[in-house]
Amino acid sequence: MLDKTGIAKRIAQEVKDGFYVNLGIGIPTLVANYVRNDISVEFQSENGVLGMGPFPIEGEEDADIINAGKQTITTLPGASFFDSVTSFGMIRGKHVDLTILGAMEVAENGDIANWKIPGKMVKGMGGAMDLVASAENIIVAMMHTNRDGEPKLLKNCTLPLTGVGCVKKIVTNLAVLAITPDGFELLERAPGVSITDIQKATEGHLVVKGDVPEMRI
Amino acid sequence: MIRKTVNSAEEALKGVKDGMTLMLGGFGLCGIPENAIAELVRLGIKNLTCISNNAGVDDFGLGLLLQKHQVKKMISSYVGENEEFERQMLSGELEVELTPQGTLAEKCRAAQSGFPAFYTPAGYGTEVAEGKETREFNGKMYVLEHAYKADFSFVKAWKGDEAGNLIFKGTARNFNPCMCGAANITVAEVEQLLPAGALDPNEIHVPGIFVKRIFQGRDYEKRIEQRTIRPRN
Repeated sequence: MLDKTGIAKRIAQEVKDGFYVNLGIGIPTLVANYVRNDISVEFQSENGVLGMGPFPIEGEEDADIINAGKQTITTLPGASFFDSVTSFGMIRGKHVDLTILGAMEVAENGDIANWKIPGKMVKGMGGAMDLVASAENIIVAMMHTNRDGEPKLLKNCTLPLTGVGCVKKIVTNLAVLAITPDGFELLERAPGVSITDIQKATEGHLVVKGDVPEMRI
Repeated sequence: MIRKTVNSAEEALKGVKDGMTLMLGGFGLCGIPENAIAELVRLGIKNLTCISNNAGVDDFGLGLLLQKHQVKKMISSYVGENEEFERQMLSGELEVELTPQGTLAEKCRAAQSGFPAFYTPAGYGTEVAEGKETREFNGKMYVLEHAYKADFSFVKAWKGDEAGNLIFKGTARNFNPCMCGAANITVAEVEQLLPAGALDPNEIHVPGIFVKRIFQGRDYEKRIEQRTIRPRN
């Protein structure tokens, strides 16, 4: 079984040379730390920066330079700043190659819910609805089950949707899965996790074809 | 040159009345019009509808207006950093319209640029699209969203000149440019107000035609919401 860092490390393998990548808040933010350093990648933050670098050294933080999580950041050579219209033009216009975000629920048809729990939590969707409606390459980073051990990979989402039929791939603490017309296709198992373990933790239809390899981290 | 300068926040906010709809620039606490917000609090203007990506934090930014119950309705994309906001929303004191971030920006831009409405894929199939017209283009579904209508927009820039030209710094640009000229009256406050000619016309982010009044801001706090750092070595 993977921890959050493990999930980030596995997703980092999906980041290819020449990609512009948008990272959501939470586990996705960690992905930047594990991308191979022999490839060229630029990270976009939807509040208006391309070419995000690491957090600043103490004393060099600048209130005017933050990411979508409102954290102070730095920029790398080649970076640019832009307004919100331009930023979502990049996203809506499919200029961003890969979007990695978290989810509370994903359904076997690729629906995603991650912005609202009626009566409990209403923080808003931020840029998530724009991202999932337009991005062609969406990877969800999430824990396979919730704190009570209940599945989050479902037949149908129970929470208000963020987008419909948009998720392509999911990396959890237990597995890597693809959304296919037949349901969640199991691509890889986390180290030490059996197909049965994954089946038990998944409510939606799990498609298992042949021997499912263990992830290499 | 058409002069846009006014001498103070007080002068810049002339005409703001109870019940008006305001646009306020900024993302989180980054690039917010601190002086205009302080003046709105001082004037005690009530029943406001505020269009702003976020709602500040409990004791800063738009949170200051919420504390004083000056806001009737918030139109935002993300409001997770403000407990007083959540309390007022759950108790029904505050009306809230949550809008996807890119749609919010584009609804401002549409108002600025003379588009009554536009189609976007964001929110299709979700509760955001409920009651809205949808249409298929090239096999994909889109939602019709309308331009905002606002009385005032308050933006904050890094540098500006007497002609109302603006330059922003870093990610403090965010929603400020698309809100310029998107309301009946646009008020820009700047960290540095310069004479006409001091800014290179090649470097202007927002031309002065979109700005009605500009003033030299004071005492910027520029509070950092999440101070994240790494060790020196």
